[in-house]
Amino acid sequence: MFAKYALGAATAISLIAAGSASAETITIATVNNGDMIRMQGLTDDFTAKTGHDVEWVTLEENVLRQRVTTDITTKGGQFDIMTIGMYETPIWGKNGWLVPLDDLPADYDADDILPAMRGGLSVDGTLYAAPFYGESSMIMYRTDLMEKAGLEMPDAPTWEFVAEAARAMTDKDNGIYGICLRGKAGWGENMAFLTATANAFGARWFDENWQAQFDQPEWKETLEFYVNLMNDAGPPGASNNGFNENLSLFQQGKCGMWIDATVAASFVTNPNDSTVADKVGFALAPDTGKGKRGNWLWAWALGIPAGTQKTDAAKEFIQWATSKEYIELVAAKEGWANVPPGARTSLYEDPNYKDVPFARMTLESILSADPTNPTVDPVPYVGIQFAAIPEFAGIAGQVGQEFAAALAGQQSVDEALAKAQALTTDEMEAAGY
Amino acid sequence: MARAITSQRKALNTALAWGVGLLIFFPILWTILTSFKTEAQAISDPPVFLFFDWTLENYSVVQERSDYGRFLWNSIIIAGGSTILGIIIAVPAAWSMAFVPSKRTKDILLWMLSTKMLPAVGVLYPIYLLFIKLGLLDTKIGLVIVLMLINLPIIVWMLYTYFKEIPGEILEAARMDGATLREEVLYILTPMAIPGIASTLLLNVILAWNEAFWTLNLTAAKAAPLTAFIASYSSPEGLFYAKLSAASTMAIAPILILGWFSQKQLVSGLTFGAVK
Repeated sequence: MFAKYALGAATAISLIAAGSASAETITIATVNNGDMIRMQGLTDDFTAKTGHDVEWVTLEENVLRQRVTTDITTKGGQFDIMTIGMYETPIWGKNGWLVPLDDLPADYDADDILPAMRGGLSVDGTLYAAPFYGESSMIMYRTDLMEKAGLEMPDAPTWEFVAEAARAMTDKDNGIYGICLRGKAGWGENMAFLTATANAFGARWFDENWQAQFDQPEWKETLEFYVNLMNDAGPPGASNNGFNENLSLFQQGKCGMWIDATVAASFVTNPNDSTVADKVGFALAPDTGKGKRGNWLWAWALGIPAGTQKTDAAKEFIQWATSKEYIELVAAKEGWANVPPGARTSLYEDPNYKDVPFARMTLESILSADPTNPTVDPVPYVGIQFAAIPEFAGIAGQVGQEFAAALAGQQSVDEALAKAQALTTDEMEAAGY
Repeated sequence: MARAITSQRKALNTALAWGVGLLIFFPILWTILTSFKTEAQAISDPPVFLFFDWTLENYSVVQERSDYGRFLWNSIIIAGGSTILGIIIAVPAAWSMAFVPSKRTKDILLWMLSTKMLPAVGVLYPIYLLFIKLGLLDTKIGLVIVLMLINLPIIVWMLYTYFKEIPGEILEAARMDGATLREEVLYILTPMAIPGIASTLLLNVILAWNEAFWTLNLTAAKAAPLTAFIASYSSPEGLFYAKLSAASTMAIAPILILGWFSQKQLVSGLTFGAVK
């Protein structure tokens, strides 16, 4: 009898202990993008399902990057999940700073993750961060202005056509500019666009021996083409324009075309914010006939820093936030146009999602991007709009300053390229390449 | 005739002062105005100044999404705590430098100031590692200590300049009457330097309130003050300027009101000893 009670008590105690151990509070660092805001609003669903609470630390992108990098390199343990991108994941995964996500249960269906995303977030086949949403870049254009110019946008245009259309659409007297492109200095701003575009022109950052390639004719062609086009058909002060500035210009009907992140498609077609919502068409990013398109690939992904005490709860959260069920939850509450795009194959097979106007072009853009083979000539690095080496962000930040100065007319294209070549060579030598 | 020119010049000076004042205040005014616009109005070109549909929607969204009270409380503790702790340490230091200077006092003062010349990010890693070891990450007490240390040179310098204006003979007289050192500092020096101490206090509260490097880098969910609250509304992909403005307005409102009410103290303290 006593033994029975004792056993019962022991079971009860162990149940309580297990219960308290399983209900945890996890801290997640993230950015303030629309899809993340929606995720924060839906956290109650996660808490109801698992019993875990979530504390959010939302920061501006550059602040977040500095913050989580400091924490992970010092093993500070302040975060149980970090929102990171395709640039950090392979570097951090290789350094052993992230918990591998190779043991996710079968019903999570990790094979459903788009191959390009999976590849960019893995090291030697092991997934280190699960994509929450993914993006490529594409052309968003004004169908009415294109028609007025007497042109028709093909699904897969060339840069030559884009330049011709941009000049034809420009009507500076009425404040209409044929093309809006990123000009603001930064490795994630103008350099993301220019590095991806340079791929289409046959240029590359480094040759197989890690020698900087800014002295090659392909880079000169890229930068001259960009600066001339922006001078002829771009908005004034373009060297200060990043994603948000161009989004604002496009929404107010001041741009004929805008080549940028596919995630912008849901903003420019939203009638609450955009004055041109019903006049937007989409096309693949342009090429020059050399076999590469200038479209990038990026994912905002959720990774678990090695050393957190709450790995299991963190994994449960990642499974919830990047699952098929989560997509259905958002669709039910906020509509299909607002589900996080670009992460799962099944989303693009869903008949409900096919009605979303930008779905097809987003998928085609993502599928046509190959970060492991980004350039015409071979390169030793992975990444389309970046090279996934730790030194890249610092170097590209400086190169971005030089290119922005060239766009602003403060120096010539040749001067900018010479400075870029010199500083990249110096930095790479100092880093021991 | 001379009077006429004077009053004309006075009017001109007043207009000029107002002009400069408005120019400096304009970005803040614009932020406040933007916080009452819709997101579409916030980015409209040409910009709308006053004639738009005023809305409180941004404030309600921000209230709903963030726990403003917790950020505010953290800011009050961190800014207030670091300033008070700083003053407690700086008053005796400034007293000794002002009234019993040694050969090296000037060097020490300069050396103290030189610690402000290093960019903060240069010591981020050492401080971060120290904080991990001491368990101070994401705690209010940790931030109170760091912000106090950062502002201490300024506090000492300001107090030193104010104390220098006070005639040493008064303190000597107190000593002759049998005042102990503690009494001398507490009952003679401090009351005489009240305008100076008050303006030092206010200036440092403002500096600590606005400090956005350490408060962002050493906190996560628990101790984050209003700087983190603002940073959470800045977005690289998406136009949320109206909400960002609402968050900024809520973050600066307390310090703006404090500054407004205490501007007399602030100005008299800052010009204290400027004219002999």
